[in-house]
Amino acid sequence: MNGAFAIEARGLTKRFGDLVAVSQLDLDVPRGEIYGFLGPNGSGKSTTIRMLCGLLMPSDGNALVLDTEVPGDARRLKPRIGYMTQKFSLFGDMTVSENLQFIAEIYSYPRRERAARIQELLERYDLLGQRKQLAGTMSGGQKQRLALACAVLHRPELLLLDEPTSAVDPQSRRDFWAALFRLAESGTTILVSTHYMDEAERCHRLAILDHGVKVADGTPSELQASTGMHVVEVVASDPYHAQGAISKIPEVASVTQLGVRLRVLIPEAHDDPTGVVDRALRAAGLDAEASLSSATLEDVFVAVTLQPRRRDAA
Amino acid sequence: MKSMSRIFAILQKEVRQLRRDRLTFGMVVGLPILQMLLFGYAINTDVRNLKTAIADQANSHLSRQFVAELAQTQVIDIVATADSPQQLETLLREGAISIGVHIPRDFDRRTVDRTRAASHLLVDGSDPTILGVANQLRSMPFGFDAVKGTQAVHRAIEVRPYYNPERRTPVNIVPGLMGVILTMTMILFTAVAIVRERERGNLELLINTPVSSAELMIGKVVPYILIGMLQIALILGVGLLLFDVPVRGSVIDLYLAAFAFIAANLALGLFISTAARTQFQAMQMTVFILLPSILLSGFMFPFEGMPRIAQWLGEALPNTHFIRLTRGIMLREASIGDLYRDLAYLLGFAVAAMTGAALRFTKRLD
Repeated sequence: MNGAFAIEARGLTKRFGDLVAVSQLDLDVPRGEIYGFLGPNGSGKSTTIRMLCGLLMPSDGNALVLDTEVPGDARRLKPRIGYMTQKFSLFGDMTVSENLQFIAEIYSYPRRERAARIQELLERYDLLGQRKQLAGTMSGGQKQRLALACAVLHRPELLLLDEPTSAVDPQSRRDFWAALFRLAESGTTILVSTHYMDEAERCHRLAILDHGVKVADGTPSELQASTGMHVVEVVASDPYHAQGAISKIPEVASVTQLGVRLRVLIPEAHDDPTGVVDRALRAAGLDAEASLSSATLEDVFVAVTLQPRRRDAA
Repeated sequence: MKSMSRIFAILQKEVRQLRRDRLTFGMVVGLPILQMLLFGYAINTDVRNLKTAIADQANSHLSRQFVAELAQTQVIDIVATADSPQQLETLLREGAISIGVHIPRDFDRRTVDRTRAASHLLVDGSDPTILGVANQLRSMPFGFDAVKGTQAVHRAIEVRPYYNPERRTPVNIVPGLMGVILTMTMILFTAVAIVRERERGNLELLINTPVSSAELMIGKVVPYILIGMLQIALILGVGLLLFDVPVRGSVIDLYLAAFAFIAANLALGLFISTAARTQFQAMQMTVFILLPSILLSGFMFPFEGMPRIAQWLGEALPNTHFIRLTRGIMLREASIGDLYRDLAYLLGFAVAAMTGAALRFTKRLD
């Protein structure tokens, strides 16, 4: 009875008054994978996750989550999914142990195994020293580990994480992702939203959302291979003026500065991407070197979120 | 079974959080005691020592004897003398005195003339209580040596105040005050209960767990029922120790009534909690219920004297029914059976509000 997909959504749409937060979203999340939602703030990531766990009623479309119709049977689904909210949502005036105890009771975790399970989670998520500390007084990284521990306590089949790493330092982020891979290896499907490129790159598969629309999806390498753009990297001593000169080239879809380097996107239809950039730089009398490069996920993101007018230019 | 343990989990969480929340915990104990002291000592309709000025234009043996007798009543306290009624009016307007006594030049002659009043009381009618006291003064018989006739006056009606023969105000106030204090604390506690979790983000977590709306509501209400019971004990204790307010009927009956009343208020609070978006809104709505609960429930003003519409509104408020129950049980020695209508209303109200709250509370964010 278990389908190949943990989540199948068709035409999922959410309108708040005149605002279309999510528009006609199709989604296939394979079981046992880490699936990323990449997109800027307000792109509809949280709204989609909330619709998938039954917190929001879709305006249109439907979704099958773990073979359960959402939002219709959301109640039966709750014990099988874990959800980590964007904002810390555990009880700040209770200790770490008390929070875990509460979650165990709410999910009716078998009474005899409770203590052992809580101990296991405290160890795995490095919270043994904080067990008697009030959750509200912990650091961002500790709060995030506690939130993850609470979300996975009842061993959910599907884990929905809404920007879990937006409030923690880089070291905590790395540890957090290590924990996610462990969960995925043990068979948990994970849907995680993020606006960090490096995190998106770690996902088995991802969807890029922009203004409520899914603009691309696939594995990171698939996405990198199918941008439809040449990527020209320019190393310039005066990147500011170089950017100005390159932007004037009509064929160029976008220029992004990364330190002294510029990433220039030019539609694939063009035969001589480096030549056109070189000529523009020389015409402006700038000292710079242009070379062809392969697309990073950031380039993919820039390419797919371009205004249609610019994408079709040239 | 699972449902029971989920309710217990919520309940335990509420108690834990309550114990750590010093302000709320202080409100549980401090508010009833403070209110009892404030209302118990401050509200007194048995007025004495009203500030009075005398304008004795007769200045005769008889008028001086009259003034002395007035002063002996202790109802008035002579703080000034005036030369004319005009001067009395000025003092009244300035608020320096509450009562002015004008004794005209022909006072002695007037005392024997049945058709004319011997003296005038100028009373500050802006305060209804003072007006009432002044009316008592009017009916006081004065024994003037010169006029034996007045002593023959006898009263046609004698009032015997049942249940509170000494007419002590706390005896009337405390049973009603119990309802007011519980209305304030009980509604407020639960009114902020769900809104607070919404504001802190806890709610988004809770509604993603298998806990149902009804389980959440019950788990949140039960701890506060116990707190309400504790508050009743406190109020009764303070009432008995400091104000000598008796419980003439059965304490068990009183607690039955209190249980129904507490449940009704907590359910109403939860209902508010599902409607308010912020804690501040919840508090505003609580005040919106609290004010009529003080003014229209019969606590401050007699229910019978209110216009029909105000009576209807009053009938809808739980406090109105609870005050009838407490006054009945505590003072008139009534049993809960005598007052079953009020009890039934409170229970019905609790069930309706609780159902409304559980229905209104959807496990969704939109």
